[in-house]
Amino acid sequence: MIEIALGHYLTLGAIIFSIGVIGIFLNRKNIIVILMSIELILLAVNINLVSFSIFLGDLAGQVFTLFILTVAAAEAAIGLAIIVVYFRNSGTIRVEEIDKLKG
Amino acid sequence: MAHAIFFYIFSTIAIISAIMVTVSKNTVHSVFFLILDFISISCLFIMIGAEFLGMIMLIVYVGAVAVLFLFVVMMLNVAQQKNQWFGSKNSSKHIPVGLIISIIIFFEIIIVISGWKYKPDLFDINNSITQVSISNTHSLGQILYTDYIHVFQISGMILLVAMVGSIVLTFRKRSGLKRQSYVSQISRERSEGVEVLEVERNKGVKIDD
Repeated sequence: MIEIALGHYLTLGAIIFSIGVIGIFLNRKNIIVILMSIELILLAVNINLVSFSIFLGDLAGQVFTLFILTVAAAEAAIGLAIIVVYFRNSGTIRVEEIDKLKG
Repeated sequence: MAHAIFFYIFSTIAIISAIMVTVSKNTVHSVFFLILDFISISCLFIMIGAEFLGMIMLIVYVGAVAVLFLFVVMMLNVAQQKNQWFGSKNSSKHIPVGLIISIIIFFEIIIVISGWKYKPDLFDINNSITQVSISNTHSLGQILYTDYIHVFQISGMILLVAMVGSIVLTFRKRSGLKRQSYVSQISRERSEGVEVLEVERNKGVKIDD
């Protein structure tokens, strides 16, 4: 309990990952919160990579965390641009009102 | 001891703010809690020795991504949309299924990370260059620009494509806007620009009728 080991960090990553998944499944408000939940999931992955990298003494994990950061930033930019275009065209970004592709 | 105390403080703040991101009614509050989450996680990174990544997380997430989220929330004016959770009249059928699946995922991860051991020959990899003499940033730079140079270049290409893509997506041509057109300015001729009129006495000339 006092000695902080790798398992503590992995548990923290698991908790934040699950909160992100809950946020994606349960969100009824708007898509922006879903994008924020995806950011939370990527953050949990980053926690796992960095803690493994530190506790194993291998720097490859931190390098890949950098790349995940890059991809997350690009994904947030593209996702928000798509949301802005959708809002301009249809006037809503509420999750339950976006059903044009229902078939 | 101090490590444990700070770990518990920061991770508690991170977990609580992650919960608040998903449940808070106001989208602006969600963005604020997302910023708090990133800051506490980057404090954790700095604490366990990944200083460069902690600082980069502060710059990239708090400085760029969270501000981008705030801009979009502000532009779309969705901050007042109320969250509909349990008990609202059209509450979704997905909520129990989503909760069950998330909890199952959580326990699966917990089972995996509580029952594993290090591989015995794991520690003598050539890649491990955690020397005491050079800093974390120094050693990251030493392998980032040599071993991982192609991946680095590709991530730069990803950023470029994302930038071009978001500009193309949100670009809008407005009608009714007067713009300067160099081509039509240069290709004007005297015959279409100037007209010589015979002006009658006491009548004047009407322009632009």
